[in-house]
Amino acid sequence: MNPEKVVFGFFIVLALTLNFGFFVGEIHNPDHHHVYELFAVIVVNLIATILKFGDRTQMGAVLLSTSLVALLQLFAAALVWTIAEHVSEAGMTASVMASIVSLSGGAMLANVVSVVLLVIETVMLRR
Amino acid sequence: MDTIFFIVMRRMRAPLITLVSMYSIAILGLVVIPGQDAAGNLWHMDFFHAFYFVSFMASTIGFGEIPFDFTEGQRLWVTITIYTTVVVWLYSIGTIISLVQDQSFKQALREQRFASRVKRLRDNFIIICGYGETGRELVRSLTSHDQLAVVVEEKWERINTLRMENLRQFVPGLCGDAGNPEHMLKAGLRHPLCTGVVALSNDNELNLKVAITTKLLHKETKVICRADSHDVEANMDSFGTDHIVDPFDLFSLYLATAFQAPCLYLIQEWLSGHPRQQLDEPVYPPKGGCWIVCGYGRFGKAVFKRLQDEGIEAVVIEMQPEKTGQPKALCIKGRGTEAVTLKEAGVETAIGLVAGTDDDVNNLSIIMTARELNPELFIIARQNRQENYALFDAVDEDMLMHPSLIVANRIRMLLSTPLLSDFLGLALFNDDAWACELVSRIVAMVDVETPVVWELEIDEESAPAFCIAIDAGDSLTLGEMLLSPRDRKLQLSCIALMHVRRDTRVLLPESQQNIKKGDRLLFCGKSSARSKMSWAILNENVLSYIRTGEARPEGTFWRVLHRMQRRQG
Repeated sequence: MNPEKVVFGFFIVLALTLNFGFFVGEIHNPDHHHVYELFAVIVVNLIATILKFGDRTQMGAVLLSTSLVALLQLFAAALVWTIAEHVSEAGMTASVMASIVSLSGGAMLANVVSVVLLVIETVMLRR
Repeated sequence: MDTIFFIVMRRMRAPLITLVSMYSIAILGLVVIPGQDAAGNLWHMDFFHAFYFVSFMASTIGFGEIPFDFTEGQRLWVTITIYTTVVVWLYSIGTIISLVQDQSFKQALREQRFASRVKRLRDNFIIICGYGETGRELVRSLTSHDQLAVVVEEKWERINTLRMENLRQFVPGLCGDAGNPEHMLKAGLRHPLCTGVVALSNDNELNLKVAITTKLLHKETKVICRADSHDVEANMDSFGTDHIVDPFDLFSLYLATAFQAPCLYLIQEWLSGHPRQQLDEPVYPPKGGCWIVCGYGRFGKAVFKRLQDEGIEAVVIEMQPEKTGQPKALCIKGRGTEAVTLKEAGVETAIGLVAGTDDDVNNLSIIMTARELNPELFIIARQNRQENYALFDAVDEDMLMHPSLIVANRIRMLLSTPLLSDFLGLALFNDDAWACELVSRIVAMVDVETPVVWELEIDEESAPAFCIAIDAGDSLTLGEMLLSPRDRKLQLSCIALMHVRRDTRVLLPESQQNIKKGDRLLFCGKSSARSKMSWAILNENVLSYIRTGEARPEGTFWRVLHRMQRRQG
């Protein structure tokens, strides 16, 4: 057992599960989507991305790019949330919530790809 | 490059992850711990403010407690996180900065920049390995002839001097080992536009390795090597090195030429040196008498052998004859810088002296002492270092041998005017009277400065007007090429040195020589003649004026008008 692989797999899967947790629920209902969860998703995704640094294989490059996509989407979601709460006059509305959740849904898709790639790599290794 | 880049990325993982985790713990704590707003109500800090606060706290900027004053619980948490986040921040940022400043990482970046610059070259270029005195001289003269070059040099200071140099073209320089094929590939050895590799280092082994690398990795490239031992020369020759330049052999060949045909030697000097310098006076090394050779190293041996071949008696002065080998002549042990040794060698009655040690100060001292004892001596001096130029200029010797300069001139000739080296080789078969006539023609033509030498190939690219005329069935002669485009009654001040058609080489061709496509010509003359000649070569109207004496109308309209006029008239 390779401890590096354990940590790596852990963070990648955790990024997906947390992301899913944030994503489920009515898309426009602020009660179904908690800000703590978004925070956790971002932090775990950041760590997962950094863990993918410096991998020279083709698989590593694709994994890194999916992570970067997920991060981009999540940062956008966090930015929208911050602007809605603190900058704009209207505050948190249903439509804003919907766009935040849909952004995180995109990030989840990227995380799914990440996990699928991870599974494929594991299957190909057969060890 | 790739390896080091990935290693740096990999090493950045730990500091970055520590930073992210510490930040998230601090932020989460601030959000969870209850606070109070201005009115004393329960208030939870949101993520936005928490991130803002931690960002300026960790980087030790510290704007104070915002948006409301903190409660005791919050302050407790902040006290803990101040120490942790600040330490983590300094550690992470410090590590990342030191990684980026890592010498091997920087070197990798430089190498990559160099490689991409070489890849972008869009013109023929030459790789020069070794940027010592010779390399510097060569790069200077190549770039002044609009030839691109790439330099590979092991010493960092020399690459820096290359950067400081005020050259006409940008010359990319790589600080690396030319013996390493990896570095040679980066310098563009397999680049389709790489036409030649020149190995100039003082290290024979390194030059040998460069030659082998080039012949193995890019066979078509021309390889020119400097070598100063016959052993290595034979080795280089064995696998097809195109040219091997040995400064000592070359100089002794020049010396032999000077003995046998002073005018030929003069032509060699004028044509192969830098253009537009003061014309040298002819030298006549004396024959009837004894010569003294100081220093029996590589140079001394080469000169001594030539002197013997000429049937001239020579005495050798050498400090360590047991090391250099005993010459087949009288050998006196000593440095030659003191009057005693020189007198012992018979300086008062000698006619020539060769100061050929590898130390410039000794050489100068030998010359000055010998001059005092016998002011009539013919003196050949060896100059080892470029910076002593002024000293050797002041001592005013009869012939100067500077290895770097000899090698640089020779290689420049091989690269930029290969026909000239053929010409000089063939000229050796002619007698001195032939050469003296050429000398007087050159002097009459250029007055005071040495002539410019250039080659011309009659093809679509370099002589389009000629090709059009030849295609139209006109027969062109060399004489027509030498007419001035301003006034065809005048001659251009240049001389056609050689005409090459396939394998036939004609020295000093007649003006009736007809010109065909694919011919190659070698000229020497004033640089103004060169630019005037290119006028006729490129422009058909000018060419037609030169040939017929008639200024042809240029535009279609004028041509039609001209034809109508002629028909009426």
